[in-house]
Parts: sequence; structure tokens; C-alpha cells
Amino acid sequence: MTVMTPAGDFRTSYRADTTIFPTLGSRAALWAGLAVLCFAPLVLDRYFLSLLINVGTLGIAALGLNILVGFTGQISIGHAAFFGFGAFSSAWLHDTFGLPVLLCIPIAGVMTALIGLVFGAPAARLKGLYLAIATLAAQFILEDFFARARWFTGGVAGRLTESPAIGGFALDREETYFYLVLAFVIVMFVAAANLMRTRDGRALVAVRDHYLSAEIMGINLAYYRTLSFGIASFYAGIGGALYAHHLQFVSVEAFNILFSIQFLGMVIIGGLGSIMGSLMGAAFMVALPEVVQSAADAVAGGAIDRALKIGGNISFLREMAIGAAIILFLIFEPDGLARRWKLIKAYWKLYPYSH
Amino acid sequence: MDGTLLFQLALNGLIVGALYGVVAMSFVLIYKASQVVNFAQGEFLLVGAWMCWWFLTEWQLPFVIGFLFTLVFMTLFGIILQVVVLRPLIGEPVISVIMATIGMGIFFQALMKWIFGVFAKPFPPVFTAERVSVLGLEVQTAYLLSLGISLAIMAGFGWFFRYSRHGLAMRATAFDQQVAQSLGISVPRVFAMSWAISAVVSAVAGVTVGMVNGVSSALSFYGIKVFPAVILGGLDSILGAVLGGLIVGVLENLAQYVDSQWLNWGNMYQVAPFYALLLILLIKPYGLFGTKNIERI
Repeated sequence: MTVMTPAGDFRTSYRADTTIFPTLGSRAALWAGLAVLCFAPLVLDRYFLSLLINVGTLGIAALGLNILVGFTGQISIGHAAFFGFGAFSSAWLHDTFGLPVLLCIPIAGVMTALIGLVFGAPAARLKGLYLAIATLAAQFILEDFFARARWFTGGVAGRLTESPAIGGFALDREETYFYLVLAFVIVMFVAAANLMRTRDGRALVAVRDHYLSAEIMGINLAYYRTLSFGIASFYAGIGGALYAHHLQFVSVEAFNILFSIQFLGMVIIGGLGSIMGSLMGAAFMVALPEVVQSAADAVAGGAIDRALKIGGNISFLREMAIGAAIILFLIFEPDGLARRWKLIKAYWKLYPYSH
Repeated sequence: MDGTLLFQLALNGLIVGALYGVVAMSFVLIYKASQVVNFAQGEFLLVGAWMCWWFLTEWQLPFVIGFLFTLVFMTLFGIILQVVVLRPLIGEPVISVIMATIGMGIFFQALMKWIFGVFAKPFPPVFTAERVSVLGLEVQTAYLLSLGISLAIMAGFGWFFRYSRHGLAMRATAFDQQVAQSLGISVPRVFAMSWAISAVVSAVAGVTVGMVNGVSSALSFYGIKVFPAVILGGLDSILGAVLGGLIVGVLENLAQYVDSQWLNWGNMYQVAPFYALLLILLIKPYGLFGTKNIERI
């Protein structure tokens, strides 16, 4: 194993082709990155930590959506509803059965996966547009359910959630909760990366690339489409539960269609079919409102601010930025940030002889 | 069981359903011509209605002129969107195109909220009589007008596709783009035209709804109600879209009636069509009247 990838593709075995870390360098970089992240709570202030936690929770859910959209080629416009279901079920499990929060989070993931399988049943036979519409219906039906089921969601008032604790040590501050999210991110991302190396993972990709050929090769279409929907919902549930216990309050209105679209935006901006891309997309989506906010702050009080009434309308400006980012990425960089990252790496590998 | 109430609800359903039908028709038009699923159809209504409101209140134009200005604006709007956003995406996977229209949708919805605010604003009164009596039922004049406009648009579509040169070109493009091209039809122009027509027709529907309920971002929900309608009626059938719209309109009102009488779940008006939609897709994955794609390897 070399430190850098040689200029050219010298893989001679299937094993070498499916390896997650092609070089020693990439493995070292990952460990170094993790080490830096472990020290993050010591140096960063709470606000930045809270943003990083958001990147983690949303990134887990976005990874689930990426498995569905990017790897299986199925679309879902109802991901936020499943994310919300995970958030509410974890809070509900804790309040009703008194289970420890750390146990509630995975159970919430399983519950969300089951709900996802229910709504995924039509998905077994649908694709493309018809599936988009079916998941849109799922979004509205679940939203309606959230508003109505007071026992589950607390109705319009919302629901308070507890912080998790490990052996009496409460993870109720950003500094400590960060490590929990980091642990979940690592587990979920490693699981996804390994899933894609198994027979099931390759079957999902085959369904995406050419579903008829996949079926002829003996891949059970209905099974893998439903499975992919279940996995996506599981990830959404875990992400949602982590999100709920971080905010310590979940409200029904949060999980609307705009949130679902944001998840799709993360997947597209990060890169369809890229595991690390999901995290990059989540980071982009978390950073975007902050950038818009600071841009608005920069012009605050000036002539532009007065003419355009930016001050009171910042939330609309954020929504517009999300829509514009999705469109611009689709037109100019359809493979997302993951590809841009690869291009940057390729440039430096051949430096100074890169053209 | 209240007979008059039921009748009134059914009539309301038909009137609203006719509007759904019109929006669904313009949705199907884009889908047929350019194979693009437009998730921003509701925002076309929204933009059209706000523009018309702006011409009438800020510019103080008389209704007819302001309305004509709106139509001209929407024509340009549709063409520009097609050329700037959708044309670069030709040949991209379905998911990308769907996402681009969704992106457009939230962009324009937020833009309209930014410019015109979040509260519903009423249109200046257009008619002298608020309500008229039809068969002993009180019906708002604007509703009657909307029914008339919807029927006129539907008839216009029928004529356009059957007899006009451009309509035939559009049908040819929808049938087979390569064949249409080899017959001398400019396919990019047909795409742009279909978006323009769709935007204009949606704007007419938007203005009509705006006259009754006032203009607000709730208008864009019409674009979402299109989906149950087209799933009921079939994605590639214009007549089916109209029928689907009518059925959805009646279904919501009946669901509301059933709900208020017996179930008391609340909000059935909004959600019932989506339950119907999931049920249909579970049984028939291509909708009730949609054509099943036959694919080659």
C-alpha cells in the first residue's frame, strides 16, 4: 500500500478495487481528521459546535437519502417526515416506557424503518416520477398524522425531549453531545461504506444503473427497492432522534416539505452516490443560511438593505438561496461537491505538471 | 343528512375541481411536450396572481389591461425558465429535472413572499354583484366566472391541439421528438412554447382563485393538488387531467363532509386526495389511465 495513489490505475484484484482507503495517505488523513474533531469541543465555542452537531445529525439522514437516491436511483420527497418520525418516536419511547435515551435512539431508527417499509410498499413497483408523487403523499400524510396524534407528538405545542446520559453522566451540553453525534456519524458512515461493498450494496447500484438488466441477472427488484427505502428511513430515524435530543424540543411544524427538499438538496449538492458527499452536502446546507445571514449583516443599515427590505425578510432570502443552490449545482456541477473534491485532489497530485 | 349542504359541497367541489383540472392540464401539457415533471406548477399560479394584483393595485390599471399585461409577462416568464433552467438539463436523469423544478418552486415562492409579504391580499373588486343565485344556491360571481373560464380554456386546448399548426407540432413532438425534428419542427421552440402556454394558463387559474380568496402563498398548494389529479387521470392524457381535477375537487369536499359529520379527524380536506393517491399507486403503479412504459434493453 502506497502513501499516494500512483498516476494511473494499477488495481489488479477485486479486493483492491473495493477497498475503502486506497492509500496509506487517505487512511492517515482520516485518522488525523478524527483526531482534530475530537479536540473540537475544547477550542470551538458552543455556536460552532451546535452547527457541527447539526451537520452530523443532518448528514446521517442525508446519507440515508443518498443510499436511496444516489445508490438505488429511487427518489423521495418525504424524507423530512421520516426524520421527524424518528425524532418523535425517540422522545415518545423515553417518556412512555422510561427507556434510557441511548437505547431509544436505535429503537427510534428501527420504528422509522418499519414506517418507511409501509410507505415503501408502493415504492417496490414505482420509480421516477410516480415514486416522487407517492413520497410526496407520504410527506403530507405523515405531517397530518403529526398534527393530529397528540399522544405521540404533543400536538401543536410540540414535545420536550430529554438529554441522553451514560452511567449518570448527562450529555446535556454541546461539548459532550458532540462526541455522541460523532460516534453515531462514524458508525453509520462506516456501515454505509461497507454496505456498498456487499452483494446487497452492489445489487442496489445495479438497480439504479439498469433495473431491467439487474432483474434479468436475478436481482429481486421489489425486494431491493423496498430494502433501500427501509435503510433510508432507518438512517432518517437515527438522524432525527439525535436531532431531537440535541434541540431538547421538537415541534410539528419543523418537518415540512421544505425540509424534505433541503435533504434532497444536500444529496445533490454533496454528490449523488457519494458517501462522504452526503456529509459535505449537509455541511453546505448548514453553512448556507449562516453565509446568507452574514451577508445580510454586512449590508445591514446600508442603502441596499433599505431598498430591498432585507432585514425583516431574511428567512425568505435563505429559502431562495436553497432553491438557487440546488438549481445552480444541477446545471453547473451535477456530480456535486464530491467530484469537485476529487478534481482538487487530482490537481495537486500532478502539481506542478497538472494542466 | 343534509341534502342542500351536500349539494352545495358537490357544486363547490366541481368549481374548485374545474380549476384543479385547468392546472393539471397545463401540467400535463409540459409533461407531454418536454417530458418534464413540473413541481413548480403551483408557483406559476402564485407568480401570475401576484403580478396581476400588482398591475391592478399599484399601477391602478383597469382589470382587462392588467390581466393582458399579466399574460404577456407569464409568456416571457415561461420561456425564460425553460431556456435558462430546463434546457441545460436535457438528457439528465429524471431525478435531476424533478429537483430543478422543485428548486425553482421554493425559489419563486420565497421571492414572492419577500416582495409581497406573507399575508393574503384581496383583489380590487371586479364585479358589481358579489353573489348570484343559481338553482336556489348562492354562488360567488367569481366562482361562476372561474367555471366559465375553465371551460373556455379546456375548449381552447381541444381546438388548439386538434386544428392549429402549433398544436399539431406539439403533439408530434410529444409522440416522437426525432421524427418531429426530421419533419422540420423546431423541438426547442415547441418546448419553450409549451412552457409559455402552461405558465399563461396557470396564471389565469391563479388570478381566478385570487379574485375569490385573495392572493397568498397558499395558492401554490394548487400545484401540489395537481398530483392526485394526474395520477387519477393519467399523466399523458389532457382529458384525463381534467377529469382527475374534477374528481379531486369533489372528493375533498365530500371527505370534509364525512369528516365533519362522523369522523372529526380534522384536515381531511387537505389529506384525503393523498390517501386516494397512495391507494391507486399501490394497485396500479402507472395511475388509473396512464400508459405503461414498454422499455427496451
